[in-house]
Amino acid sequence: MSQVMQGLKYSKEHEWVKLDGQRATVGITDFAQAELGDIVFVELPAVGQQLKANTTFGTVESVKTVSDLFAPLSGKVVEVNERLQDSPELVNSSPYEDGWMVVLEVEDTAGMNELLDAQAYEAHIAE
Amino acid sequence: MDTSALKRTPLYPLYTKYGAKVVEFGGWEMPVQFSSILKEHEAVRTRVGLFDVSHMGEFSCVGPGAMSFLQELVTNDVFKLVPGRAMYSPMVNASGTTVDDLLIYCFTPTEFWIVVNAGNIDKDWQWMNSLANHHEVTLRDISSQTALLALQGPLAQSVLQRFTPVDLSTIRFYRFAKGDVLGVPCVISRTGYTGEDGFELYAPCEAAEKLWSTILADKSAEGVVPCGLGARDTLRLEATLPLYGHELTEEIGPLEAGLHAFVKLDKESFVGKDALAKQAKEGLSRRVVGLVVKERGIPRAGYRVFQGDKDIGHVTSGTMSPTLGEPIALAILETPYTSVGLNVEIDIRGKRVSATVVETPFYRRSKETPKKRDQGEDRR
Repeated sequence: MSQVMQGLKYSKEHEWVKLDGQRATVGITDFAQAELGDIVFVELPAVGQQLKANTTFGTVESVKTVSDLFAPLSGKVVEVNERLQDSPELVNSSPYEDGWMVVLEVEDTAGMNELLDAQAYEAHIAE
Repeated sequence: MDTSALKRTPLYPLYTKYGAKVVEFGGWEMPVQFSSILKEHEAVRTRVGLFDVSHMGEFSCVGPGAMSFLQELVTNDVFKLVPGRAMYSPMVNASGTTVDDLLIYCFTPTEFWIVVNAGNIDKDWQWMNSLANHHEVTLRDISSQTALLALQGPLAQSVLQRFTPVDLSTIRFYRFAKGDVLGVPCVISRTGYTGEDGFELYAPCEAAEKLWSTILADKSAEGVVPCGLGARDTLRLEATLPLYGHELTEEIGPLEAGLHAFVKLDKESFVGKDALAKQAKEGLSRRVVGLVVKERGIPRAGYRVFQGDKDIGHVTSGTMSPTLGEPIALAILETPYTSVGLNVEIDIRGKRVSATVVETPFYRRSKETPKKRDQGEDRR
């Protein structure tokens, strides 16, 4: 059974968002990492890049497959998780903590309303 | 996905119990992994893993004309087979491209098995029957009665020996014996598709669950790890064993795939001989080579390969090599670009990454384990 964290928001593409003021931390969910299997490569954008909601901002590769990462919100990348370059397996072992991917500076947080809450995301992955 | 038309092996009912993630593969619902591809891969390289490969097809081939039929059917020299020996061979069409690659087991000079890829069972069955008309031979598709388990890894012999009275040390690489495993009559074959020592067990379907459960319950080797097709693919790719549909296809022939040792152009005749002999004489325009990626990025099947602006071929298989810790690929490239040490570029979703042509196999097991000995050219 995949873990879904209360208090986070989720995209249908299986990214999670944690908003703290204007800073949004983004990663992929426990469900997504389990579906992908062993993650061996994560490609993330550069700090300073502007992301547009629902467009791809990177890729995550498991042994078997490549999967695009979709920005759940629009914003400027202010931090990327450099540890994932050498330790992509952190996404498997700790998807909501050590396996975070980017931090966005979000101007308009209204986009958060488009995202699913924990309960709705649980229903989404149960489909 | 509509899974109603997909086929299942006799072990399908046990997959969930062992934690399998099931995917569609060649018309079958198969486990891609049980625990983790990386863990399963490592288990086979260092200890022992068990695979369900019952989706593979088996045909029996019996009759006074069986050997001459097989000799015409495949590119390797079947006349070299004696009872108790197995042989790997490509099977090509008249234009010299690949219909399938397969194993032939010789039980007696008039009784053989042909083991084919799951996705090609129907195609091969028709192909072989069209040729069998000219020979005194009877073909029978025994796939649906036959389960196939592969126990692979350096500890495979010591684990399997606990369950069979057959002295496994007497079965050398690419040899087999009929014998009981857990009281079940099996064909015990020292073959595999992982680059490690190991055995493949052909057994009646109704005994598959017993073999699977009992072998996995054995604790003598720190436990046998159930393995899926994901690890099977990374293991075979490191060992540079071709996969039908990738390195061998209806477009790619065995010489282009580097399988010269399994194409016997000195045989009197076989289907596709003229085309392959012409290729060999005139020289190959392209060849499958190994690539190691020097930057960050994982090549995947179908990605284009360049040198400068020139498109020189494509990746046939690629992955992050668990043993080497580097991205590796097999690619079919125009011959002038196939020298070891040459630098090329792979287009990974719009980004060029540099790669180097390397010697293959990417991985070769250490000599300590029982292996090729006098059978230097056989493999699979």
